[in-house]
Amino acid sequence: MVMAAEKVFVRSTFAEPLPAPVTRRGVIGWLRENLFSSPLNIALTILCLAFIAWALPPLLRFFVFDAIWSGSDREVCIAAPDNPEPGACWAYIRAWLSFFTYGFYPIPQRWRVDLFFTTLAFGIGWLAWLAAPRRDLGAIYCFIVLPILSYILLSGAPVIGLIAVPTSLWGGVLVTIVVASVGMVVSLPLGILLALGRRSKIPVVKLFAVAFIEFVRGVPLITVLFMASVMLPLFVPERFAPDKLLRALIGVAMFASAYMAEVVRGGLASVPRGQYEAAQALGLSFWRMTTLVILPQALRVTLPNIVNTFIALFKDTSLVFIVGIFDFLRTIEAARVDPRWITPNTSVTGYAFAAAFYFLCCYGMSRYARNVEARLARAHRR
Amino acid sequence: MAEIAKLLRPRRLGSLALQAALVAIVAGLIYAAAVNAARNLAAAQIASGFRFWNNTAGFDISQTLIPYSPSTSTFGDAFWVGLLNTLLVGSLGIVFATVLGFTIGIARLSRNWLVARLAGGYVELIRNIPLLLQILFWYNAVLKALPELSGSIALLGGALLNNRGLFLPRLQFGDDFRYVLGALMFGFIVSILLNRGARRHQDRTGRRIHIRWAVLGLIVVLPALVFFLAGSPLTFSLPKMGRFNVQGGIEILPEFAALLLALSIYTAAFIAEVVRAGLLSVVHGQTEAAQALGLRPGTILRRIIIPQAMRVIVPPLTSQYLNLIKNSSLAVAIGYPDLVQVFTGSVLFITGQAVEIVGLTMAVYLIISLFTSLLMNLYGRAVAITER
Repeated sequence: MVMAAEKVFVRSTFAEPLPAPVTRRGVIGWLRENLFSSPLNIALTILCLAFIAWALPPLLRFFVFDAIWSGSDREVCIAAPDNPEPGACWAYIRAWLSFFTYGFYPIPQRWRVDLFFTTLAFGIGWLAWLAAPRRDLGAIYCFIVLPILSYILLSGAPVIGLIAVPTSLWGGVLVTIVVASVGMVVSLPLGILLALGRRSKIPVVKLFAVAFIEFVRGVPLITVLFMASVMLPLFVPERFAPDKLLRALIGVAMFASAYMAEVVRGGLASVPRGQYEAAQALGLSFWRMTTLVILPQALRVTLPNIVNTFIALFKDTSLVFIVGIFDFLRTIEAARVDPRWITPNTSVTGYAFAAAFYFLCCYGMSRYARNVEARLARAHRR
Repeated sequence: MAEIAKLLRPRRLGSLALQAALVAIVAGLIYAAAVNAARNLAAAQIASGFRFWNNTAGFDISQTLIPYSPSTSTFGDAFWVGLLNTLLVGSLGIVFATVLGFTIGIARLSRNWLVARLAGGYVELIRNIPLLLQILFWYNAVLKALPELSGSIALLGGALLNNRGLFLPRLQFGDDFRYVLGALMFGFIVSILLNRGARRHQDRTGRRIHIRWAVLGLIVVLPALVFFLAGSPLTFSLPKMGRFNVQGGIEILPEFAALLLALSIYTAAFIAEVVRAGLLSVVHGQTEAAQALGLRPGTILRRIIIPQAMRVIVPPLTSQYLNLIKNSSLAVAIGYPDLVQVFTGSVLFITGQAVEIVGLTMAVYLIISLFTSLLMNLYGRAVAITER
């Protein structure tokens, strides 16, 4: 027995697992899995590679390698014997950059715009950083303090020594940011009220809320802007007629509020019924229940959608261009045809710059929204 | 008595008072606005009402689908011209955006990494740039930068492309073309009947009759035969370069092309996301169950995945279509004569009757929106899952 047992081989430890076949792991495995798994896939991969090879080098050449980065007028950007195929004329963007940022805002006063940008960035940072201390104060700062301060700062208050700057001189990124932030600051509270109104059991309140929301959402923003800019002045006594920028702001704010209302309504609907019932059982009044129990939950759930609405709003601000406001896109359009810089590439360069600006802003916001969403999903999983 | 007591409860009273106050405020605002508007309009000597509707317009429109001439047509005609142009760019845009959007949306879910990444890049890039900027780009930086008339680019099939637009060959149908149309119709009807017969046979016996070749013959070969027998009653009128313009052919304005391109490309990015979400909403178990039943991949897609995904896709898809139609109002920025450009642009400029004109324009869009959401509700009811 003993002898036999000695001859039998019994492995007393686990064998080391063999590595997966070469074709299944590492770069090769990944390539096989993701790019070359079937004839169709191979064809698609080759097609895509061909497309990239066709499109990418000319784009890079135009926007980077052959681009002209500095210069004082169009001479540097037009085709010359030493530069037969000039690329994008970034020199023109540099020459016009301050116009794109401030419009016609008086040069000695531009520090006010810079200060406005800084305070706004601070406020947005405070609210967007979910772990920031005292975000309730941040909300008060963003929705009450900042608008008042910015208004005084930008349009001027001779009493405290700030020269008045009429809104007709505002322009460029400044106007785009002003329109977008006014839209956001107004649309969130108004949208919440409208959403509550739409869910209200009081017939008249519900009727008005539904009528407003459906009306605004059913028509293009352009017509709302036209309404604000040509009809609104008719509806008020002549001496109270709002200035052009204010009219556009009213139009944008109305439009954004209706869309925000629908987003908030979605959030309200996601709060379980039990929460309402529990709040009522505790004897909370309607407003205390709404502000202390329902809204905090509803807004947290719907924060990504709120940010998405802001993205849409930010893109839509470009439409104020059509009712004659000098927003960022309008400054690009105006500078594009400047005879000192006119070249075959000026338009493309201007539009590319504008596209990059809008893309960075919107993409940044959408990444933020996605992060928040992921965070919420984590919180729910617990 | 009980009813009155109920009404007089403090909460009811508060609610009633709130409603009364709201109605009073809104009515007051409307009244004040009307009074002010009447006073301001009188001061500016602007008429009110729709009497201008039948006055001669006196301005030209670059693209008209119905007969229109500046000297005889009225503002009313201009309205219809604009509305038709809006619907034209809207319906073509919907077709292109749907095709492109579904392609990109499916590509985003491709197992090919490169395809999925490219499609994702398209969506991110296009979604995050304002539509107005894209329209201006296509119009000013691409189409207006094309060669002048003398350097027109000749395209396949005799089309011409220059900075005044795209000139396509115009099809001219001979009299005998009606026989071809008749054959085509006949082919379609017989195919439908054949299909129905084949399905009934399959339902009864479980055996499938393949009618693919018969259908191909009926729809393609038969009309083609008739076409040649009738002596090819179809000719092309090619666009010809004149000294100052292009003659013959169908003219596609650069404004129209730019708007259509930008709208289709922009909306396609959103449709792609809708499609992706719809396809992802069909749980994987459905595919596995279908595979277990032995269905082929194509059949699984056609009979299992798509019908379920469509339920999720169609409502947001419709709202994208509506967005496309509403966004076509950005035509005003490049001068394509759509409803907004013609009506709230030219007509408003001439008559000055802001309230009527902006009001009517909004009403048109509202009607389109409400009509679509009505259809949507009907569809929703039709496809709702009927649970046992």
